[in-house]
Amino acid sequence: MATNVETKLKVTINGKEVEARPGDSILNVAQKQGIHIPTLCYHSDLNLFGVCRVCVCEVEGQRLLQAACSTPVQDGMVINTNTRKVRQARKTIIELLVANHFGECTTCKRNLNCELQALAEEYGIDEVSFPKPQEKRYEIEDNLPIVRDNDKCILCRRCVRVCEELQGVEAIKPVFRGKDSEIGCMYDLGLGEVICVMCGQCINRCPTGALTERDAIKDVWKAIDDPTKHVVVQTAPAIRAALAEEFELPPGERVTGKMVAALRKMGFDSVLDTDFTADLTIIEEGHELLERLTKALVKKEAVALPMTTSCSPGWIKYIEHYYPDLLPNVSTCKSPQQMFGALAKTFFAEKIGVKPEDMITVSVMPCTAKKYEADRPEMIDSGFKDVDYVLTNRELAKMIKQAGLNLMELEDSKFDSIMGESTGAAVIFGATGGVMEAALRTVYEVVTGRDVPFENLEILPVRGMEGVKEASIKLENLKDNFKFLEGVTVKLAVAHGLANAKLLMDKVRAGEADYHFIEIMACPGGCLGGGGQPIPTSKEIREKRAGAIYNEDRALELRKSHENPEVTKIYEEFLKKPLGEKSHKLLHTHYTERGKY
Amino acid sequence: MAQVMERKRLLSPDYKLGEALEKALSLSPSKIIEAVKDSNLKGRGGAGFPTGLKWDLAAKAEGTTKYVICNADEGEPGTFKDRVLLLEHTDKLLEGMIIAGHAIGSANGIIYLRAEYRWMLKDLKAKIEQYKNKNWLGKNILKKGFDFDVEIRLNAGAYVCGEETALIESLEGKRGEPRNKPPYPVEKGYLQCPTIVNNVETFCYIPFIITEGPEEFKKYGTERSTGTKLFSVSGDCNNPGVYELDLGTKVKDLLELVDAKNTKAVQIGGAGGVTIGEKDFDKPIAFEGYPPGGSIIVFDKSRNMRHVLMNFMEFFVEESCGQCTPCREGTMRILEAVEKLEKGEHVSEEYLEKLVELAEVMAVSAKCGLGQTAANPFIYIYKNFKEDL
Repeated sequence: MATNVETKLKVTINGKEVEARPGDSILNVAQKQGIHIPTLCYHSDLNLFGVCRVCVCEVEGQRLLQAACSTPVQDGMVINTNTRKVRQARKTIIELLVANHFGECTTCKRNLNCELQALAEEYGIDEVSFPKPQEKRYEIEDNLPIVRDNDKCILCRRCVRVCEELQGVEAIKPVFRGKDSEIGCMYDLGLGEVICVMCGQCINRCPTGALTERDAIKDVWKAIDDPTKHVVVQTAPAIRAALAEEFELPPGERVTGKMVAALRKMGFDSVLDTDFTADLTIIEEGHELLERLTKALVKKEAVALPMTTSCSPGWIKYIEHYYPDLLPNVSTCKSPQQMFGALAKTFFAEKIGVKPEDMITVSVMPCTAKKYEADRPEMIDSGFKDVDYVLTNRELAKMIKQAGLNLMELEDSKFDSIMGESTGAAVIFGATGGVMEAALRTVYEVVTGRDVPFENLEILPVRGMEGVKEASIKLENLKDNFKFLEGVTVKLAVAHGLANAKLLMDKVRAGEADYHFIEIMACPGGCLGGGGQPIPTSKEIREKRAGAIYNEDRALELRKSHENPEVTKIYEEFLKKPLGEKSHKLLHTHYTERGKY
Repeated sequence: MAQVMERKRLLSPDYKLGEALEKALSLSPSKIIEAVKDSNLKGRGGAGFPTGLKWDLAAKAEGTTKYVICNADEGEPGTFKDRVLLLEHTDKLLEGMIIAGHAIGSANGIIYLRAEYRWMLKDLKAKIEQYKNKNWLGKNILKKGFDFDVEIRLNAGAYVCGEETALIESLEGKRGEPRNKPPYPVEKGYLQCPTIVNNVETFCYIPFIITEGPEEFKKYGTERSTGTKLFSVSGDCNNPGVYELDLGTKVKDLLELVDAKNTKAVQIGGAGGVTIGEKDFDKPIAFEGYPPGGSIIVFDKSRNMRHVLMNFMEFFVEESCGQCTPCREGTMRILEAVEKLEKGEHVSEEYLEKLVELAEVMAVSAKCGLGQTAANPFIYIYKNFKEDL
């Protein structure tokens, strides 16, 4: 039986005869031929929808225009992507969308990066014949990290689809019908009252300014401008691998040194690195895992296994809503951002002789859930709000531009000490599988005294964009105090995107998961695909960012968290030992059961 | 004198109960499909897709679980023919569905009943119960080794759910919004299984085709529009009601039959149909002529067509599902302008021409039949009754 791969269809597009496979859409064929067809509701990450009708094309023999994204080609199909009928339809459709879009471009966060603007420009819309609304019809919900402005919404439903398909959360849905359609939450509740996990994937997929992040830029400038405040900034691993995209560069460019230089020039007093606390997290979490394994295998106590990572606040809010019974499985370690904040206002403040009440901590994150995390009421272990403000990667780029700096022309600069040193294990936190890999590089060496048995320490089985990844390592010839693990095959799982997290957690709940350690990242691709990253996003873009992150790891001299000299120092001078009293106070946390309603 | 013959074939009270069922279950599925194909029966819900072809595609589609769905949504304004069939000719419907199940290899029938016909539930359920007791539904019907069940599911009041894929979405518990086609329901329909969705009236012709044969069915009607059709006639006429007429009947003959006097306009095919004036009354109602969905609304010379247009546009704005741009935005824009005209405000000729262009775009780019026909009232009334605007 001939497989689909072998069958070839003959299709004519814009006069050119080409080959296509069964199942190819008109859009697929056009893209392969380098023919541009504009789209709006189509997104490469999401299932087809075919509702904006912008991509309509003429197909010979059909009275109706066909949406290129959702029409599969047939053998012998003759397609024309830009006839007069098509142009008239597209122009009218774009005009209709612009006519019902209420908002000022000049003050919009998506000014110059808006798909509606791009379409209007492409189609030369120089007038809108239909009367525009004269006033706002919807209230803006802006007290949460995710801000919704339905007046700018063009109802492409990409936000609804990503929340349903990739995240499995379904916090926002279309409500009402026809011209009254709008995107909202059930019972007209706010995002903060339903099961939204704040991951911001919706923001990444929104073509306009209907979905944006809550602004922190004004607050941060205010802090920087305040001479009485010492402003500390920490940057997440995923920032340095994507920031350049906001400055016209293609994805995959690493700009760590330039990023640091920009932050200095902007006026931050201390430029430090979240990667430092990422290394610290590995030490704490690695020991926590060993402690749980000891309890299970030596003391034969009941202990929650598998243990899951806890650095993704979108994941944390998700499990608090959906699997509160499994909260004991989550590591009690705070995320690197929060560990940093707590240490900045205690250890660091003391070291540099600044009073913690005069210190403002800012973090730059690829994430919108981090804004929520920083606001969590329990995150005040330093005695003050541990992390004052969180900027997304996009917000940082805006600030750099506001400061009149051209990122790519800056000369590389280095992070400050004593919370600025990091290893390759820390930077790979930004990619899915990275936390797992970093943890293994340390834990394996702790129990065996040897390097992980992978070339160049690159644990390939946990890398890549597969939704759920599994790996296992057999522990043999162990050091004396870890003999209880002799012969144990440690089973590991990695999931990214909450729909994949669900697959794993359902197994755990059913008692069918024989893993020891699970890494879960709320966002597809891991943090590099986070809700605060440059827009647009796609699988290709995320893969390029992952490439940059792994290149950064290879280029660093230190590749294992326990080799970080600043980490060693902070234990010697301050924390004393992993899971010790100081660690428990500042670096560990607890979680909150939340209902679904 | 009326030149048109009112038929009493479908609406005949004489019906040999169970004869078609008995005969069909002794025929092979392909023989049944052949007969339906030969009859050239086209869907009676408005779209007019060849029924035999639809059944053939479903029969050949991959999958062991298939569905037979009766579209009893009857949402088109001015249509009330299915109401008569559901109440007074239930046997023809049920036998038609069971025969369809046998033809395509389905054991599952669903009647998707419009919410406003909820009051029929008791009688319909009683009829289905009767059939179960007679072993005409359930397992091993008439001991011929064929299983078939019928359940009734209610719509929730949305016109768009009369569109077959929106209907299916509604059955699946989702928003009633049309799907992309392809894939067509015959391949991937209800729960992604091969599904046929047919109008009530379409199923009701099946027993006749089985017992009397396709040639007898084709005796009436035209070559491209075979058979008779039910028309629900309402409005300014002295004899409104449900009539069974040949397809191909001319508008003027129908008007005479229902004793309509001083007719100014006729709305043929429901809200998304055509609005014609006197100059077009000698044209036929058939698939090759004016859309024979069945709804005929008569307006006499006392009526202002602008009010009519307003009514239809309000309807479409209300019923648009809202997912696709041309329909959601377009219907609203046309209503907006008509409302202005109703209030006596000025709307420029230029803007009205722009709306005609909008209507053309809607007709070719909307995702489903609702959006594609929603601007028709504007197109036709603007063209044929400009003086009223």
